[in-house]
Amino acid sequence: MTEWFQSTWMGPALGWFVSTTILILMIALPLMLAVAMIIYADRKIWAAMALRRGPNVVGPLGLLQSFADGLKVMLQETIIPSAANRGLFLLAPIITFTVALIVWAVIPFGEGMVLADINVGLLYLLAASSLGVYGVIISGWASNSKYPFYSALRAAAQMVSYEVSIGFVLISVVLWADSFNLSTIVLAQQAHVFGFLNGFGFNPLLFPMAVVFLISALAETARAPFDLTEAESELVAGYQTEYSSMSFALFWLGEYANVLLMCALNAILFWGGWLPPVDWAPLYAVPGIIWFFAKILIFFFVFSWIKATVPRYRYDQLMRLGWKIFLPISLIWVFLVSGYLMLTRYGA
Amino acid sequence: MIQAFAFYLFAAVVILSGALTVLSRNPVHSVLWLILAFFNAAGLMVLVGAEFIAMLLVIVYVGAVAVLFLFVVMMLDIDFAELRSGFVRYGFFGLLVALVLAAEMIIAGGAWSAGSLELSQRAAPTSGDLPNIEAMGALIYSKYLYIFEAAGLVLLVAMIGAIVLTHRERKDVRPQNISDQVKRRPQDAVRNVDQPVGQGVEL
Repeated sequence: MTEWFQSTWMGPALGWFVSTTILILMIALPLMLAVAMIIYADRKIWAAMALRRGPNVVGPLGLLQSFADGLKVMLQETIIPSAANRGLFLLAPIITFTVALIVWAVIPFGEGMVLADINVGLLYLLAASSLGVYGVIISGWASNSKYPFYSALRAAAQMVSYEVSIGFVLISVVLWADSFNLSTIVLAQQAHVFGFLNGFGFNPLLFPMAVVFLISALAETARAPFDLTEAESELVAGYQTEYSSMSFALFWLGEYANVLLMCALNAILFWGGWLPPVDWAPLYAVPGIIWFFAKILIFFFVFSWIKATVPRYRYDQLMRLGWKIFLPISLIWVFLVSGYLMLTRYGA
Repeated sequence: MIQAFAFYLFAAVVILSGALTVLSRNPVHSVLWLILAFFNAAGLMVLVGAEFIAMLLVIVYVGAVAVLFLFVVMMLDIDFAELRSGFVRYGFFGLLVALVLAAEMIIAGGAWSAGSLELSQRAAPTSGDLPNIEAMGALIYSKYLYIFEAAGLVLLVAMIGAIVLTHRERKDVRPQNISDQVKRRPQDAVRNVDQPVGQGVEL
């Protein structure tokens, strides 16, 4: 597509700019739509598990509920508390939202369907997702209110703790795939186990890492049972307490975009990304992007399921799980994986 | 053209945010300017083709170190008047340090442009098409292996030292021991007694 634009009257520079902008919009706009629908799905699943109906009034089956909510917050007034630090207060939701969008640049949706096919893709993801915590910290501090502040402190500690074990999980995947590039990681999973199962998750040595990653992903996105940053029984609405209108909606959208990202990462790192689960020729007739979306949706269902089922952790339990259980396990696993690869792939 | 523009953009933002780090009255704003400086320094690294270093800069400094900085500074009780009171007293030393740094930079720049340093000796080892993670890995784990491991050990010692220095055993708290709780059985916890009337239960 870039070549086509560059071959028209626009020339190389402008053609590149226009085509990249169009590609970015092709990711960002469907992502926003997906976030709206996923919020609806989340509420429906949650309601079904609590034997309620969930949203069912706006549109057929309540499908338009999220759009109605979006319209509502857009028409509301943005209230800035008089004691708040004005600039930072408004900057925080923008950071959260922007960071939640920029990480999608390196996600491969199919063979060659990736905006930025950089060779440090996984590191870029880590770098960008570690920026996400700033939205929360800054909002907590700038609100100048005690509940958001507590929430910000919790969020900072929680994200830093779980990023450590996520880092080790990623290292064992990278060791096996021999690359930081996400497309290469997906391709390395083709016929990985017994010559026909696509996915590192089917590998008994990597399966525990897949579980650790799933749980760490819950903690990283502050979803239940690790949603201590917005524990409504303790902290009202956490760092979003003082926010209203669009500034609140940006947090909301960013949060769900992050949840989708973590689902996508689960699919890419452990369950074969755009590849079908089994390496069997007829299955490749289905376009890769459909397999990828199906995997994302399955993981999102798991996220909602957990949210509807599991009670919230206490803060010290959360820290114990991160530092005393996941960190040693993932560290030992890095040793195991690299030792195994040293023996088998690289010779003694 | 665009490279030059990007370089001057990043460089200008680094210098500006560096200056504002020092000049901001509010320490939290200082830390945030510092983060912006780190971030744009990573941009400069990308421009010279060191994408691995750039990502590390963002992950380590922006993602971890600066978060902890911000964490500490946010909890400070900020007294603006007191903060500025020492300005004249420390101003002289600050100026001295700045002068020394400036002199060093001028000397280093002069020596570099004089060209008597063996420039080819300190050239980057990577050939253009090798990703720089692989190039660095090949170098760190072969030529500089012992130095690299020594650096790792120093960091480990520092970490253990910090934990030993700050750890305190508190006697007045009863931490939860989850494995004890899981191991507890009804027969250990519950006792049925048939106590005659008028006598208390012995616990």
